Amino acid sequence: MKQGNNVFPKTPTGIAGLDEITGGGFPKGRPTLICGSAGSGKTILAIQFLIKGITEYDEPGVFMSFEESAKDLTQNVRSLGFDLEKLMAQKKLKIDYVRVERSEIQETGEYDLEGLFIRLNHAIDSIGAKRVVLDTIESLFSGLTNTGILRSEIRRLFQWLKEKGVTAVITGERGDTTLTRQGLEEYVSDCVILLDFRVIEQIATRRLRIVKYRGSTHGTNEYPFLIDENGVSVLPITSLKLEHTTSTEIISTGVPGLDKLFNAGGYFRGNSTLVTGSAGTAKTILAAYFALNSCKRNERVLYFSFEESPNQLIRNMLSVGINLKPYIKSKLLLIHSSRPSLHGLEMHLLSLHKHIREFKPHTIIIDPISDLITIGSKGEVRAMLARLMDMLKMHRITSLFTSLNDEQSLNYNGISEEAISSLVDTWIRVRNEETGGDRIRSLYIVKSRGMGHSSEIRDFIVTDRGIKIMDVDSSKKQRQRAPEKAETFSGNGAKHKL
Amino acid sequence: MTKDENWEFWLYIAGQTPKSILALENITKYSKAHLKAKYIIEVIDLLKTPQLAEDDQIFAIPTLVRKAPKPLKKIIGDLSNKEKVLMGLNIHSNTAANEK
Repeated sequence: MKQGNNVFPKTPTGIAGLDEITGGGFPKGRPTLICGSAGSGKTILAIQFLIKGITEYDEPGVFMSFEESAKDLTQNVRSLGFDLEKLMAQKKLKIDYVRVERSEIQETGEYDLEGLFIRLNHAIDSIGAKRVVLDTIESLFSGLTNTGILRSEIRRLFQWLKEKGVTAVITGERGDTTLTRQGLEEYVSDCVILLDFRVIEQIATRRLRIVKYRGSTHGTNEYPFLIDENGVSVLPITSLKLEHTTSTEIISTGVPGLDKLFNAGGYFRGNSTLVTGSAGTAKTILAAYFALNSCKRNERVLYFSFEESPNQLIRNMLSVGINLKPYIKSKLLLIHSSRPSLHGLEMHLLSLHKHIREFKPHTIIIDPISDLITIGSKGEVRAMLARLMDMLKMHRITSLFTSLNDEQSLNYNGISEEAISSLVDTWIRVRNEETGGDRIRSLYIVKSRGMGHSSEIRDFIVTDRGIKIMDVDSSKKQRQRAPEKAETFSGNGAKHKL
Repeated sequence: MTKDENWEFWLYIAGQTPKSILALENITKYSKAHLKAKYIIEVIDLLKTPQLAEDDQIFAIPTLVRKAPKPLKKIIGDLSNKEKVLMGLNIHSNTAANEK
């Protein structure tokens, strides 16, 4: 079974993200143990492994269930878009429900589980199965009393599965001190995966960890995963690898006058830009410019709006002369709105990841990223931001984040503005000053990696025709007279705290 | 249950293993002693008919299934504990008491 380079062959699971962190899937022709507490997603992961095997790799599968009947199982996974009946009718899938009911069974004397072996063998041979799931074999222990026999028979079963050459997934319920109640991990020595389901501050997060994977490198972190209408997806980002390729192509910000502040006349493609400022400093407008300009280049933009609904955003931007509507129609722009408090941090990241994978944008905007920062602990936020940046760099996506902060304190939840800004390439600060009864908008570039930039603080005005950045001279003049006469837009500043 | 009822047992085995042979000997012995002639013992070898295992929910070998009278009862193992087998199959007829 070993290949020349001493790497175990693998069977792809077909589950988004999981194949990446396992380096290609589960060990081929060997059993993999998936353990976790009740409701952690073991069964769904297992069944998805079978279904993907059938639909994507043409490998028929047997699902031996010890807990749910074929009918219940079919019904339960229908909501995930899995049509088991169809696959069964095509003879690609076989579900065998092994009912172990203690009240119906008496034990006397010696026995073995040969009946189970025969059933499994028959099921495998009847459809030429390459993949097998046993869910959850430990149920045998609640139905039968002779644990000595059960243990030796389960050991024999795992050996038998190997000899049969099927790639098997065995699920096990999490024990108090052991990974599984009956210590199945002792018998499955090749690959053990632990699923976890935690609720922190009313927000549920699912996590997956590879406890062991013999003969293979694998990520050792806990990876958040999501179960939604498409089944399981795992977030595979490990750490900031800094191996991504970079671009030297210069693209325009789209804001008249802003490009000139960069020595190169724009910023690098694939750059990440942070726009910070207090409420009402026109951060969203700047973001909309970035979005618009990407659309004009015929490049897809994914806009995550955590404070405004798509319609609200479109209407508000129209009031400053930015018309996003045509690009929504032409599907160049996708605005995705959700409340930050709806999910945990990891779930947000995962959802971002999913949308990015599906929409394949060239540019993404997160407006504002500070809303995400308020929902996690310090460590979590750092890790999440690093992962997010890594993901964007890997996909060479140009990004812009806005971040709300007070003028006085630059802290939110223990994360300083600097902490975020160290992860981004370009940092633009926008602010409002009150001088002589007037409010003057200004912006400046704090940093811009890889290119020189102006150190001037430029005043700008927002009119119904958009942002106008003043040159240095007129900036000075502007401060002597009433600014922003033409400004009609002011609604964006109202921040709603939940 | 009345004495006129017929008893029907299915013994599931997988080849002629010592455990299975012992189980068949035991159930034959108990039936002879307590059920007179009103019984049938059917031996099903799953090596020959594996598809039958699913219908009766067989996973252990040997398994004795009481098909009649209803309800269905199952005993797994070589049936060496006579008291347990008789109790499990609900054979606690007068004959069982008279034997002593």
